Amino acid sequence: MMNLPTREQAGVLIVSVSGRIDHTASEEFTNSLEPLLDRCVQGEPPVLLDFAGVDYISSAGLRVLMMASRRAKAQQGIFAIAALQPLVQEVFAISRFNLIVPCYVSVDTACKVLGA
Amino acid sequence: MKQVVFWGTRGSLPVSLTHRDIREKIIAALTAANGKSFKTRLALEDFVDKLPFTVAGTFGGNSSCVEIVADRDSHFICDMGSGARPLGQAKIARFGIPHPQTYQIFISHLHWDHLMGFPYFAPMYIPGNRIVIHGCHADLERAVRLQMQSPCFPVDYAQAGAKIEFDIMTPDEAHYISGINVTPKRQMHAGDSYGYRFESVDRTVVYSTDSEHRLDDPAEHDAISHFFRKADLVIFDAMYSLAEAVSVKADWGHSSNIVAVELCQAAAAKRLALFHHEPVHDDQQLARMVAETRRLEQITRGSRAPLEILSAYDGLTIDL
Repeated sequence: MMNLPTREQAGVLIVSVSGRIDHTASEEFTNSLEPLLDRCVQGEPPVLLDFAGVDYISSAGLRVLMMASRRAKAQQGIFAIAALQPLVQEVFAISRFNLIVPCYVSVDTACKVLGA
Repeated sequence: MKQVVFWGTRGSLPVSLTHRDIREKIIAALTAANGKSFKTRLALEDFVDKLPFTVAGTFGGNSSCVEIVADRDSHFICDMGSGARPLGQAKIARFGIPHPQTYQIFISHLHWDHLMGFPYFAPMYIPGNRIVIHGCHADLERAVRLQMQSPCFPVDYAQAGAKIEFDIMTPDEAHYISGINVTPKRQMHAGDSYGYRFESVDRTVVYSTDSEHRLDDPAEHDAISHFFRKADLVIFDAMYSLAEAVSVKADWGHSSNIVAVELCQAAAAKRLALFHHEPVHDDQQLARMVAETRRLEQITRGSRAPLEILSAYDGLTIDL
């Protein structure tokens, strides 16, 4: 399982993600996100992935984010990402994933918008 | 294999520039000229050559048809989209009627945009020519004949003057055809499609269009990158953005520029041609896509050798 430490800030569940999310890591990433997504429902704290420690994401990793976002939406939960490194941010823009998953420049900014 | 010539690069449906598109290009060119006068045609041509491709050119609108110029006499052609019409005219202009030719045609799948040019492929009406249509679909011949029957087309298939043969190939097996090893591979697309790997003594070209890729299946990723391995050129269906390909257009049977780069990097391919362009994309959008794809390759390259990236357009000839 991928290690995904969590903390709570301003009523938002913040999940720290780090390393490379490539084809070999995407399955682990899916499995590790699973219990967190179970809690991403209406009335529960929004789930925010802190991507500050992610230095690469492949198409397979992006697909995991799309599936997570879709599931959260179906459960009427809130799912977002924050603090993308500049190169990862470029990958999001080129793949148009910035149009699919809400992305915030920092955790603090996201908490101001999403927090209680 | 010496060269690849793109006769049709558009996906799904042929398109054409409109009068408004042409007008915008003329305005952009005159704006760039800024009142300059040109004393000779050469000076004018030099100016035009320096304009951006989106101003001085266009990606074109014919559907899939790609020629691989081989070392021997046979002509190798991938798909018979509407680009087959100008290809056929060019062959007639070059070789004339009295010189019979052999055409080896490889069909990715039987959807209309990949077959519609065959009734307009002039060499098929010329006695003495030999046309071998290769593919992996059992009903290949039926599909080719079907579009040349009343009420779909005024000329019946029986009017063909050339000798037409059909060759049903076995996927994953190399077939030695006129000096080239050709290996088909089954791809994910409605009704299946097949990519083709062409290997001569010193060059490899992969034609892989109308193919969706399972991002959650590492085995598929490995199999496709092996199919692309060390290719001099990979012609790849990059119709959608990745976001479209995995969301609203999932299961539509096409891929993206992101997956193209990843597979070509994993395969250590040398050159990637983005292909099967989305019909709703204009020249500006396609130019933006290739620029972004080059940037993606740059930021994900790591210690690998650079992957050269281009966006195919109708009329483009590249040396292998």
